[in-house]
Amino acid sequence: MPPAVEIDGLVMRYGEKVAVDDLSLTVPRHSVTAVLGPNGAGKTTTLETCEGYRKPHQGKVRVLGLDPVRQRQQLLPRIGVMLQGSGAWSGARAMEMLHHVARLHAHPLDVDLLAERLGLGECGRTPYRRLSGGQQQRLGLAMAVVGRPEIVFVDEPTAGMDVQARRTTWALLRELRDHGVTVVLTTHYLEEAEQLADLVQIIDHGRLIASGSPLELTRGGATATIRLVVTRPFPPGAPESLRAVLGRGIEVTQLDARSLVVTGPADGSTLARVSRWCEEHDVLPESLTLGRRSLEDVFVELTGRELSRD
Amino acid sequence: MTESPTSSAPTRALDFSPRPGSAPLGRQILAQASMEARLMLRNGEQLLLALVIPVVVLIGGVKGGAHLGLDIDGPLVDLLTPGVLALAVMSTSFTSLAIATGFERRYGVIKRLGASPLPRTGLLAGKVLALFAVELVQLFVIGGVGQLLGWTPAPGAIGLMLAILLGTAAFAALGLFVAGVLRAEATLAAANLIYLLLLAGGAVVLPASVYGDAIGALAQWLPSGALGEAMRTALVDGGIAWRDLGVLACWAVIGTGLTARTFKWE
Repeated sequence: MPPAVEIDGLVMRYGEKVAVDDLSLTVPRHSVTAVLGPNGAGKTTTLETCEGYRKPHQGKVRVLGLDPVRQRQQLLPRIGVMLQGSGAWSGARAMEMLHHVARLHAHPLDVDLLAERLGLGECGRTPYRRLSGGQQQRLGLAMAVVGRPEIVFVDEPTAGMDVQARRTTWALLRELRDHGVTVVLTTHYLEEAEQLADLVQIIDHGRLIASGSPLELTRGGATATIRLVVTRPFPPGAPESLRAVLGRGIEVTQLDARSLVVTGPADGSTLARVSRWCEEHDVLPESLTLGRRSLEDVFVELTGRELSRD
Repeated sequence: MTESPTSSAPTRALDFSPRPGSAPLGRQILAQASMEARLMLRNGEQLLLALVIPVVVLIGGVKGGAHLGLDIDGPLVDLLTPGVLALAVMSTSFTSLAIATGFERRYGVIKRLGASPLPRTGLLAGKVLALFAVELVQLFVIGGVGQLLGWTPAPGAIGLMLAILLGTAAFAALGLFVAGVLRAEATLAAANLIYLLLLAGGAVVLPASVYGDAIGALAQWLPSGALGEAMRTALVDGGIAWRDLGVLACWAVIGTGLTARTFKWE
């Protein structure tokens, strides 16, 4: 059986700008795979190529072993798609819209049960344009799964959702996976990838920069992370001077004028040395924290930038 | 799916295990058509265009027409009702369709449906079917008002059907062309403006002969003039206006060609 998704050497351009740059990745079946990256990393473009909306400029894309452009009509009934933003008539009522998409499929889910599960029960007669952002997102998700697809592509599924709705969505995506559905999601929320994904594919500037389970990705390399945020901008040469104090094997990355991150085999004594360095260099810490290595740290190490601040 | 009465689980069982498949194409088209027709008949502005304006034109024309000094034979309502029916077909298949499709593109509806099992041809068929459904409602309402005003239609059922069929084809093709090349707001403006221009000078409600030689000669070749004439021939004389139906067919071919070359689904 071919993998759920197979991307080999994909290149996508918008005019001069290269959105996806020689990307290769594989999504195994029956998994939740998160494509993680900052805004503009090429996540949506990659997803839309899998959905057959865009033709690869170079390279090969296969979904369930099919060419998403040339074999689109064969593929479409087998995939579920949740687009970023809208995708419904502004005057259509929530349940009416869901019923409509269900009618296009041969063996749809029980629409009322699905709506109840996603908390759409109380807004069933509300026209789409008057749904809240979170309700629109949940309806989009319902529309993606109602046809009982083998694979669902969800683009930023929880963007703009409150905590409760986000948990409901995660639970549903996990349940899909447990029923044998392959879930491919894009996200720029690290917590989402950590909580939900069996496999994380980190993309930056249209390239795959790391791939593995959340555990695999956070286990290697540094063991801990210290984050330092100060009240006034650092003096020039601060990272170099701090690195000299901390010694070998410890990496110091300045994120912006007032924050930096220290990674490596850091412990309490490292924390004390950072604190002393602050005192000697007359910088006042606003916060100084020691934490377990997270996907955020992996991203920072790989790119020298922060992915997100929430 | 069963649920034991003692179960107090907040969520009942949903079987997500994959079972993909498309509904039969006919059923998909019917679903699409009924959805689009409902949305059209529910929307206030669309309803204004589809029913209110034609009915106002009909009543106003019949009541105030005597002062226009038109040189026609027979009762005015017999001439005006077919013209207003032509106007109704034009408003639905051109203006309403263009505006609705423009906003479908804008809100990503067409993109979203592009990832559903409904093929593009099915989407198009659903749209056309929805237009016919709305036109049927218009036929009943406007015909009914006409009857109340004393209209006696000639028995031209075949001519009427051909006029509606080819008129819808021509105007729908042109409406999709406009919706495909312009942004949603520009489509809204253009579709309404073209509708008003054709209503005023397109020989749709009144025959081309009342417009004078120059405009009248031009109007006969417009889809509006041809549709109006085909309706009047069917419902005033009980005949079939082959020349005008031919003009409509030509416009349908031109519009389809333009749309096929330019239309973008997103």
